[in-house]
Parts: sequence; C-alpha cells; structure tokens
Amino acid sequence: MEAGERMAGADKRKVTTPGGGKQMDKKGGPDWTSGLKRLYDNVVEEPIPDAFKDLLAKLDDGKQ
Amino acid sequence: MTKNNKELPERSAEDRRAFKRELTEVVPHLRAFARGLCGRPDMADDLVQETLLKAWAAQDRFEPGTSMRAWTFVILRNAYLTDMRRNRFRGEYDETAAERILTAPAGQEEPIHLSDMHRALLTLPPERREALLLVGAGGFSYEEAANICGCAVGTIKSRVGRARAALSSMIEDGDIPDRSIGDPTAHRAILEELDEVAAGRGQAVPTK
Repeated sequence: MEAGERMAGADKRKVTTPGGGKQMDKKGGPDWTSGLKRLYDNVVEEPIPDAFKDLLAKLDDGKQ
Repeated sequence: MTKNNKELPERSAEDRRAFKRELTEVVPHLRAFARGLCGRPDMADDLVQETLLKAWAAQDRFEPGTSMRAWTFVILRNAYLTDMRRNRFRGEYDETAAERILTAPAGQEEPIHLSDMHRALLTLPPERREALLLVGAGGFSYEEAANICGCAVGTIKSRVGRARAALSSMIEDGDIPDRSIGDPTAHRAILEELDEVAAGRGQAVPTK
C-alpha cells in the first residue's frame, strides 16, 4: 500500500481523502479507509424506513 | 448446511421478544451492509426485508447470546449471492438511481469523495467487496468475517488485502470509473467472479 508515492496519472479525477495527506490508519490501511467506514455509518445512521417497522410489526402477528 | 439434526431448544416468549428486539436493532447495519454490497438503495432494502423474513423463520437456530449482527449478515450475504445467481441484479443497473445514491446525502462534508469511494467499491469482485465491507466498514475481526463468509481467516485477509490494494490504486491514481456496473466489461468480470464464488463457497455456516 505504498500507492501514495504514485502521483502520476492523477489528472483524471484526483480524489482528496478526508484529512488530506497519506497517513495510515490504525490497521495500517491508507486513510481512505475512514471514508469506507463513513459510507457504512451514514447508512446506519439513516432513520429506518417505515416499511421495516411495518414488516417487523407483522412478524409478531404471524408467529404468535 | 446448518446443523438441523440437533435438537433445537424450545424458545420461551421471553426469548422471542429478545430475538425480535435484537433483530430490530440490527436493521440499520443490515441496510448498510446491503447498500455496500449491491449499491442500489431500493434493492438493498429489498434484500434486508428478505433477510428479516428469513431470520424470523429461522429464529430457533439462533443461539441467544451470540452475535445477531453476524448471524443475520450470513443470511443477507447468502440471499445476495442467490439473487445474483438468479440474475436478479443483472442488467438492472439503473443509472438514474445510481446517480441518486452516488450523489451523497445532505450534510455530508465530502460528497464527491464518498460517492467515488462507493463507485470504486462496486467495481470490486463481490467476495473482496464483502470482505472489505465486513472488516473495513463493519468493524468485524478477520475471524468473525471468515465465519460470516464461511471461509478461512487467511482467505479473508487476502481478500481484504487485495480489495484495499485495488481501491488504493484507484483512489490514488484518480482512476475511478464513472459508473461501475454500467460498464459492461466490469459488470461481466464481476458476474464471472461471482459465479465462481457461488459455485465454490456460496454456502456459509452460521457463526457460533
């Protein structure tokens, strides 16, 4: 994961990673891994759509 | 296959309530995992609904005290693989919907970055994408991820490593595809790899 040194070819769509530089995270991954985590966390934090509440409510009726 | 032979303990009403509560709590995580796997929010939510129904039907096989998140993730990824094999996701890539997902929700500081990330993620073969999602986003250990995927720890490590290398290279080089699954070549590559996964290691054993 020393891709950080390769700047050539960065012309197409240079993507800035959160926090800028090329630090590594705790697991030794490049710092874009925090973006990956945020991608996941953003969905986790979304309110649960009503369809799921309805479904969960219906499960009870069916089984009991 | 799951161990159906062993006697399943009778579940009390209390157990069932606890199961329902834990299942409810895990829904946001199921949605996040599904979204990462299949990219389209509507399909991801369909997959989660399917997962909830299957989990409910199989609740006697859940061992109270073990990880509901891990247990339901197994169900979800198997449902995903099955759906993929049945062509459910083939040729259904909807560019408008994709644009909607990929332009990130309001309140996010770096929408371009995250949507690029998601697009890059979707170009990975499913097995690597799943491994990276579990470990890098879901926070599972390699051991837990291996249990979820029904493979060896070393295999997960290798998949995560390859996924990271591929993403690093795409991101550092700015070589992010404009759309992943819409690209016929990328799509075919993904499906071919998927068939391999599904044929060989599609079956996972629920985690203990």
